Amino acid sequence: MRDFLLGKLDGSALPHEWHTIAGSISFLLLGLMVVGFITYKRRWKWLWKEWLTTVDPKKIGIMYFIAGGAMLLRGGLDAVMIWLQQALASGDSTGYLSAQHFQEIFTAHGNIMVFFVAMALIFGFINYVVPLQIGARDLASPFLNTLGFWLYIAGVVMINMFFFVGGEYAAAGWLAVAPLSGKEFSPGVGMDYWVWSLQISGIGTTLGGINFIMTILKMRAKGMTLMKMPLFTWGSLCSMLMVVTIFPLLTMTIFLLFFDRYLGTHFFTTTAGGNPMMYTNLIWMWGHPEVYVIILPSFGIFSEVVSTFSRKPIAFYKTTVAGIIGVAAISLCVWLHHFFTMGAGADVNSVFGVATMLIGIPATALMFNWIGTMYKGKIKFTTPMLWFLAFTSIFAVGGITGILLAIPPVDFQLHNSLFLVAHFHSTAVGGVLFGIFAGFTYWFPKMTGIKLNERIGRYSVAAWFIGFFVSFAPLYMLGLMGATRRLNHYEAVTGYQPFFIMSLIGSLIICLGVALQIIQIIASFMQKRRLVDTTGDPWDSRTLEWSTASPPPDYNFAEIPEVSTRDAFWEMKQTGIKKPVFKDIHMPKSTATGIYISALAFTMGFGFVWEMTWLVVVSIVGIIAVAIARTFNDELEYTIPAAEVEKMEKEREAKNKAIEKERVVDEEDMGLIEFIKVVLSWAFGLLRRSKR
Amino acid sequence: MSQHHKVDLEHAAAAEDRTMFGFWVYLMTDLLMFAVLFATYAVLRNNNVGSPPGSELFSLPLALANTLILLTSSFTCGIAMIAARRGDKGQTLLWFGITVLLGLSFLGIELFEFAELIHEGHTLGTNAFLSSFFVLVGTHGLHITSALIWGIAMLFFIKRRGLDRHIVRKLSLLSLFWHFLDIVWIFIFTIVYLMAFV
Repeated sequence: MRDFLLGKLDGSALPHEWHTIAGSISFLLLGLMVVGFITYKRRWKWLWKEWLTTVDPKKIGIMYFIAGGAMLLRGGLDAVMIWLQQALASGDSTGYLSAQHFQEIFTAHGNIMVFFVAMALIFGFINYVVPLQIGARDLASPFLNTLGFWLYIAGVVMINMFFFVGGEYAAAGWLAVAPLSGKEFSPGVGMDYWVWSLQISGIGTTLGGINFIMTILKMRAKGMTLMKMPLFTWGSLCSMLMVVTIFPLLTMTIFLLFFDRYLGTHFFTTTAGGNPMMYTNLIWMWGHPEVYVIILPSFGIFSEVVSTFSRKPIAFYKTTVAGIIGVAAISLCVWLHHFFTMGAGADVNSVFGVATMLIGIPATALMFNWIGTMYKGKIKFTTPMLWFLAFTSIFAVGGITGILLAIPPVDFQLHNSLFLVAHFHSTAVGGVLFGIFAGFTYWFPKMTGIKLNERIGRYSVAAWFIGFFVSFAPLYMLGLMGATRRLNHYEAVTGYQPFFIMSLIGSLIICLGVALQIIQIIASFMQKRRLVDTTGDPWDSRTLEWSTASPPPDYNFAEIPEVSTRDAFWEMKQTGIKKPVFKDIHMPKSTATGIYISALAFTMGFGFVWEMTWLVVVSIVGIIAVAIARTFNDELEYTIPAAEVEKMEKEREAKNKAIEKERVVDEEDMGLIEFIKVVLSWAFGLLRRSKR
Repeated sequence: MSQHHKVDLEHAAAAEDRTMFGFWVYLMTDLLMFAVLFATYAVLRNNNVGSPPGSELFSLPLALANTLILLTSSFTCGIAMIAARRGDKGQTLLWFGITVLLGLSFLGIELFEFAELIHEGHTLGTNAFLSSFFVLVGTHGLHITSALIWGIAMLFFIKRRGLDRHIVRKLSLLSLFWHFLDIVWIFIFTIVYLMAFV
C-alpha cells in the first residue's frame, strides 16, 4: 500500500545535503515573505483576478519577465558557483564542490538559461510588444497564452523541485546526451526531473509558438502588409516559425528518452540494438535551431533600437528581413557541427561545415545594416543604444569564433574546449541577453510610464561589458591552450589557474553590473516625479506601440489604427494623429483553466518521476476532464461599451495633466553615490522610528 | 441586419478563420513528431536483436483490415461533416457515431495485434526494432484514442445542445484531426507493414 501511494518516495528523498538544505530553506523563506506580504496587504483576490487568471498579454508578459528574471538570478548563481570552483580546484585542492554536484550545477545552469530565462524573457517581450506593434488587442488565442505561461511555471517548479524532494538534479549536461542519460548510467530521479521540466515547459512553448504565428499572420491592422511590419515583429515571426518546427522534435526525443528510462525500450541504449548517435542527431536537430530561435527576437529588438536612436528608418529593410529569414532557414540545416568529431566522416563534415559558415552571410548583412542605419543619423547614446553598441563587439567575436569552429579540422582541436564555451557565451550573452536588456530599457517606459535612470544605466552597461571581456577572454585563451570544458579539477602543471582566477574576477564585475541594473530600476522609481512619461512616446519612436498610453489600457487601442507605410507611428506623427472614433470593444474573459491544467501537468510529471502510477492516471484524467469542461463553456468574452471607452480615455488625459503639474524638472538622474545616501538615510530613518 | 450584428458576424468569422489556421499549424507540429518516430523506425528497423524480423511478426491481413477500416471511417466522417454543415442533427449523430465505432474497432484490432506479440514474448523492451515499432504504432493509437474521446464528447454535446456554428466549427477541427490520423496510418501501413516484406 505504501509503495502504491508513494512510489519511490521515502525519507532519503528529503533534503540532507548542504546545498539542498540551503536551497529549500531559501525558497521557503522567499515563499513565506511573498505570501506574508500579500496576506498583509490583503491582496489575494486582486492577485487572482487581475494577474494569475488574466489573459491580457501585457500582464502575462510582465509575469514572464518576473519569472524569467528570477530564474536569471538562479542560473547566474549556478554560474558563480562554477567560476568559484574552477578558480579554486587546481592541483591539490579539490575546490568546494564534489564532482557529482559540479556536474549537476553546469547541467542546471544550461537548462535554466536556455529554457527558463531566454525563452521566458523572449515570450515576455513578444506578448507585450507584438500585439501593440501590429495594432491588435490581444493574441489570437488568449486561452493558449495563459495555458502556455502556466505550463512554463510548472516547468520552473519542476526543475527546482529536487531541492525539496529528491536531492539531485541531472548530471549529464544540459542536453543529457545518451547513453549517459539512460537508466543504466543515470539511475537517479535527477534525470527524470530534467525530462519532465523540459517536456512540460516545451509543450507550453510550442503552444505559444502556434499562438504568435496565428497572431502575426492574421491579426495585423488594416494596411499593414508583411513588408510593412516592424522588425521586432519580423524577428518574432521567424523565431516562432522555427519554434513550431523544432519543438515537436524535442518533445518526441525527450519522450523516447523517457521510454528508455521508464518502459525499458532500446532507442538509445548500448545494448539490444539501441543507437545512442540517434539521440545526438535528434537532440541537436532541435538544439541548434533553438539558439537561433532565441537570437532572432534580439536581432529584432536591436533593429528597433538602432532605428529609433539614430532617428532614421532601418538602412535596408528588405535585406534585414531577408537576413532574418536566411538565418532562420540555414540554421535548420547545420546541426551536425555539434558533433563533427563523432565519426560522420570527412564528406558529411564538409557539407555541414560549409552550411554552417553560410550563416555568416545573412548575419553579417544584418550587422552592417544596423551600422549602416547609424551612418548619418542623429545618434542619441541612451542606455538601449549602449546595450546595442556593447552587443556589436561581443557578438562579432562570438560570430567569428563560430565561423572558426565551423571548420571541421579546427573543430577537432577545439570541440568541447573552453574556446567553445567562450564562443557560445559571447553569442548568448552578447547577443541574446544584451538584446533582452536593450529591449527592457527601451520598453520599460511603455510598460510602466516611467523612464529609467540613464546615469546608472550607463554604469551597468559598462560593468557588464568590461566584466564580460575580463571573464571570457581568459576562457578563449584556455581553450586554445587545450583546456576542456566542464572541468571540476585540473593539474597545477597545466598553468590554468591564473586564467580561471581572472575569469572569476570578471564574474564579480558582471555581478556588479547586475546589481547596478537592479539599482537602476529602484532609483527610477525613487525619482518618479522627474522621470514619469505622460506622452506615451518618450523616445520619439517610429512604431505603433508608442502611439498608445504608457502603460497602455487593457484594450491597447481605443480605435485600431489604419496603416499605410512602414514605421506607421512616425508617419502618423508627420501627417497628424486623428482623434479616435469610439466603438464597442470585445475583450476575452479571464480564466483559471490554464492554471488547473498546468497544475495537473505538474502532478503528472511528478508522478512519473517518483513512479506513483495512481497520481499519473488521476492527473491525465483530470486534464482531459478540465479540457472537455472548458469546451462546454461559451461565455468567453465581455464587451466594453463605446461610451465607457471614451470615459476611460478622458480620465486618463485628466490624470496625465495632473501628473504633469507635479513634475519635478530641475534635478539630474541620481548617481550611484546619491542612491547609496538615500538608501542609508532611509535605513537609519527606520531604525530611529523603531527605537522610539 | 444592424451594423452591430454585421460587425459581430465579421468578428466571429475572423476568429473561426484564425482557429482553423492555428489548428493546421498544430497538425504540422504533430506531423513533425511522427516524422521523428518514422526516422527512428527507419534507423532502427533492422536492429532486431533476439527477435524475428518484421516479416515474420506482422500480420498483413490485420494491417490491411485496419487500413480499410480507417479509410472507411474517413469517408463516414466526411458524410457526417456534410450533414453537420447542412444542420441535420440526426444524420450528423448517425455518421459520426459510425465513425467512432469504426475507430473503436481499429483500436480493438490493434490492441489484439499488440497482445499477440507480447504474448509471444516480443515486447517493446526486447530490442530497438520492437521499441520503435511499438512506439510508432502505439503513438498513432494514442492519437486515435484521444480523437475518439473528443468524438464521444462531441456526440454528447450535439445530443444536448444541437448544432450551431460553434459546434460545427469544433466538428470540422475534429474531422481534420481524424483525416490527418488516417494519412499518418497510410504512411505506417506502407513503411512499417508493407516494407517489412520487401
